[in-house]
Amino acid sequence: MHSFDYAAPDSVSAAVSLLAANPGARLLAGGTDLIVQMRAHRREPGLVVDAKRIPELSALTFDSGGGLTLGAAVACWRIYGDAQVRAVFPSLVEVASLIGGTAIQGRASIGGNLCNAAPSADATPLLIALGATCRVVGPAGERAIAAEDFCVAPGRNALADGELLVSIHIPAPRPGSGAHYLRFIPRNEMDIAVAGAGVSLTIADGVVTAARVALASVAPTPLLVPEAGQAIAGKPATEETFALAGEAAKAAAKPITDMRGTIEYRRHLCAVLTRRALTAAARQAQGVH
Amino acid sequence: MSSNVRVSTTVNGEPAEFLCEPRESLLECLRDKLNLTGAKEGCNDGNCGACTVEMDGRIVTSCLVLGVEAQGASIGTVEGLARGSALHPLQTAFLEQAALQCGICTPGFLVAAKALLDHEPDPSEDRIRFWLATTLGRCTGYDKIIRAVQQAAREMREVKA
Amino acid sequence: MSQPAYSVIGTRPIRHDGADKVTGRALYGADFQMAGLLHGFVLRSPHAHARIKSIDTSRAEAYPGVKAVVTAADLPESSDRMVDIGEGETPLSYVRGNVLARGKALYRGHAVAAVAAASLHVAEEAARLIEVEYEPLPCVLTAPEAMLPGAPLLHEDLHTHELGEKTSTASNVSEHFRHVMGDSEAGFAEAEVIVEREFSTSTVHQGYIEPQNATALWNNDGRVLVWCSTQGSFVVRDATACVLDIPVSRVKVTPMEIGGGFGGKIPVYLEPVAALLSKKTGRPVKIVMTRKDVLEGTGPTPGSFLRVKMGAKKDGRIVAAQAYLAFEAGAYPGAMVGPAGMCVFASYDIANQTIHGYDVVVNKPSTAAYRAPGAPNAAFATESVVDELAEKLGIDPIELRLMNAAKEGTRRADGPKYRRIGCVEVLEAMKNSEHYRSPLGGPNRGRGVAIGFWFNVGLPSSCTISINADGTANLVEGSTDIGGTRTSIAMQAAEVLGIPVDRVNPTVADTDSVGFTAVTGGSRVTFATGIAAYEAAQDVVRQMRERAAKLWSVDPDTVEVDRGQYKQNGHSMSFADLAARIGETGGPVVGRAAVNPKGVGGSFAGVVVDVEVDPETGKTTILRFTSVQDAGKAIHPAYVEGQMQGGSVQGIGWALNEEYWMSKDGAMMNSSLLDYRMPTSLDLPMIDTIIVEVPNPGHPFGVRGVGEANIVPPTPAIANAVSHATGVRMTRLPMNPPAVMAAIWSKG
Repeated sequence: MHSFDYAAPDSVSAAVSLLAANPGARLLAGGTDLIVQMRAHRREPGLVVDAKRIPELSALTFDSGGGLTLGAAVACWRIYGDAQVRAVFPSLVEVASLIGGTAIQGRASIGGNLCNAAPSADATPLLIALGATCRVVGPAGERAIAAEDFCVAPGRNALADGELLVSIHIPAPRPGSGAHYLRFIPRNEMDIAVAGAGVSLTIADGVVTAARVALASVAPTPLLVPEAGQAIAGKPATEETFALAGEAAKAAAKPITDMRGTIEYRRHLCAVLTRRALTAAARQAQGVH
Repeated sequence: MSSNVRVSTTVNGEPAEFLCEPRESLLECLRDKLNLTGAKEGCNDGNCGACTVEMDGRIVTSCLVLGVEAQGASIGTVEGLARGSALHPLQTAFLEQAALQCGICTPGFLVAAKALLDHEPDPSEDRIRFWLATTLGRCTGYDKIIRAVQQAAREMREVKA
Repeated sequence: MSQPAYSVIGTRPIRHDGADKVTGRALYGADFQMAGLLHGFVLRSPHAHARIKSIDTSRAEAYPGVKAVVTAADLPESSDRMVDIGEGETPLSYVRGNVLARGKALYRGHAVAAVAAASLHVAEEAARLIEVEYEPLPCVLTAPEAMLPGAPLLHEDLHTHELGEKTSTASNVSEHFRHVMGDSEAGFAEAEVIVEREFSTSTVHQGYIEPQNATALWNNDGRVLVWCSTQGSFVVRDATACVLDIPVSRVKVTPMEIGGGFGGKIPVYLEPVAALLSKKTGRPVKIVMTRKDVLEGTGPTPGSFLRVKMGAKKDGRIVAAQAYLAFEAGAYPGAMVGPAGMCVFASYDIANQTIHGYDVVVNKPSTAAYRAPGAPNAAFATESVVDELAEKLGIDPIELRLMNAAKEGTRRADGPKYRRIGCVEVLEAMKNSEHYRSPLGGPNRGRGVAIGFWFNVGLPSSCTISINADGTANLVEGSTDIGGTRTSIAMQAAEVLGIPVDRVNPTVADTDSVGFTAVTGGSRVTFATGIAAYEAAQDVVRQMRERAAKLWSVDPDTVEVDRGQYKQNGHSMSFADLAARIGETGGPVVGRAAVNPKGVGGSFAGVVVDVEVDPETGKTTILRFTSVQDAGKAIHPAYVEGQMQGGSVQGIGWALNEEYWMSKDGAMMNSSLLDYRMPTSLDLPMIDTIIVEVPNPGHPFGVRGVGEANIVPPTPAIANAVSHATGVRMTRLPMNPPAVMAAIWSKG
């Protein structure tokens, strides 16, 4: 690994100053992507800024309306270790439980998963489906970025020089709603999604009133597929309906062929995973377990 | 070259200090500076679990932690599992169930399994398999490892009861 | 047959090295520390095939903290000399060439240079400053491709051995052999049902969790001291001496604990390099491979292309069989296609057979042994074809195998006739298992069965046993212990001495301290080193009878020994009491033995497996798995089960996901444990075991080596199960989800 300096600021403003003064510096949360990339010489920052001593980045709080603010460096285990998150956002708990393995979850964060901007990121499609927004602070002040706009290319996010992701806000779930993320991997853990589908939907009187579908590993970035949600809005919450969303997801997917799967296989998986994820989300929405 | 940083930490309940470069991993620091070679390097990218240690009560792959991050933290390694001359029930169960062959993955499995049983005294087989999927073994097919964790869990519950 | 009652054999004691291995105290190669230690880093070729035009190490040498840089130019010039290190005769130039590339890099990951520095990070940084000028050459990655006329040649001086004759044709085929028995064409003419299929298997790796490592000190007295994790300390000694062109007496190898090997830790990679760096610096040098180095730079098992044709009468009698086996050796000859040719029909009694084998070099890492090397590839083909024959004949697949099973007296096409073997007993145990008699249940499920064979080898082993005055014994042997063999060897000595096994203290010694002992491989340690321990213990017993006779002033021949109790006409003394008096009866008692046993057994194994295939994703789940194996006599049944379970799960990985995923230009794209995808605990059920015991007449307790045969049947058993679940015959390994899905689609 190359040689670098390390800093552990205790405030967002101090972190922003450090990032702004050191072009190419990287923020370190769980390190489960960054340290691997540095060891493989894929990233060689001169300064690594540890995020974990900044209180806002390590906070997990619910607002009065029931929305969740997730500090960018909150490790996965804290998500599934939190009773309120388990009750309100079971889909988030599932995603936090399938990133890496249990030892990775001792460090890895949802914010880091998002910032790493891998097309295969497991948390990002779910954040998109849940309508999450990202709070970003930089030298020019603060701004909000929708989760679906956060990744711009493989390994590249929307952060400008000196900016950092402080937290992710997930709005309170609407009544009658459910969400789910499903990925396909050849093993049952410790694997990279060949394809993934994060979905949310709201059901009233057995009819889908709204749905969002986002895909992993089938485009240069995690991909929101508005057509999939539109295809099923107003239709009965049945497996046949969800299959329509699956077909829309399949049509929207733009995968490549690589060692994890072919174009044809990945597009096929988009249909299967979207249908299955919506089916699971619908069960949650309708209180069926 | 970046200069060395002094790190004060707690390892297996005892204060420990070392100097390290920011690029040195916690695994390197434990092995090369504190001579705690129980944690092993199998892949150096978090995918084999042979370097698993406890850090502030959670298991982590120490190859993916910088040594400097251990400042003020509490680290637990396989060397801290036994209490004096008394082996931890997991260590005894691994021996009785013949749950190790070459033994290189054993420290990682023991540390991971201890963390599981600390949090969940009565895990199902599926839960044990899920929890331990973070650690790769190649000799045993995992069968006897799972049985050893089940045995230790049983014994630890009986002692508590 | 009733078996003798044993006191120690067949029990499940805790291993002698257990406490060290659960407390983290056991020292593996990478744990070795020494004052003044330098760290080495190996620079490897980024090209699969390239001429090395020049290497400029000056910038690396000038880098602060760097102590030395070595390349192939630091090795002695190579000659045509043949050397026998570990696994048969090999040209020394190949062994040397694989340690550090000379002239050409033959695979991506081929070692080209190495740096020693005060820290590993500095060594790595400096290695990146070495300037190597490559001229990339076209590469060949599979056996069929490399055999084509006009294919790029790896070695311009490699001439095919064609049916035992050296030819003058430069080729990537190093050898073509043929085994013929009876007349297979006539057999097929007589057959009423014939199945012929082509199969291929990907390169797979042993996947030991501990990377290769070596520390060497070229001492000021001229001796080279080596500490490493190896399957054979004497192999490392001899290979290091050969590569460096120094006498074996100048090399001392101390085996550290070894973190898995499965055949992959027989070749030397790092030891001569560390020694060269030590010679240049005067300091000890440690080199530890990265995981990428392990996957790209050490020997995996060959990928292969196979064609198998078998014909049977309607009554199920298999009357003819043909096999075509083309195996990828990797960069240097030695693809283990020889054993594949011996094993391909080894489970059956078939009168008419023709087997062709081709050993083919390709631009991949030089292959090494992997648990029953060659046999799983061969069995994948044969056992799939037998399964299809059973389907066509309407005969239960185990019954069909039983009807044709090899027995005592059956001759293999490569010549040998079997002595007492347990093929039928393994099949009977499969047939009678609760698993095979239970319903499969549920849609998208399939059950598969398969059997397989693997040898034992004998080879030399040495052992000494020294008796302590407190009635215990120190046992010194030379077989590095990968899976508990210290204990299974000590148990055999304890049985002879008539003392509990915890009174035997086994030690695996360095090459200066024990007689020559061959590798831990070939399922030989519990068999051959077990015999050495048995003989050494018998030597102790002989001496102890003399001591008793001396105390009692009687003829030693009249002293009887029964389970550690020494008796003569009213006299009686325990082993411990007698041991307490060895000082006064003549001094130390040391038993010794050096053996090269020939009575090897060979072991058959079988698998019954249930799978479920997701018809929408092609993913296979192993629902239930039963491994059956003939152990001859299980010395430590838990360790036998452990071997069976471990081999089974490696087979499951091989069947379902593991492979070298190569780019067209010969780069392994998945050289990490994330993407190589070995099974995790969550991918598996419990692995049930049934130990069959058909004693081997060539071992005093009946032992057959059990380390390897268990990996032979899993891949075809799973292929047969997947085929039954999906209705599509799977002919390529791995049967990963995209491949199974594609097969389902092809069915329409």
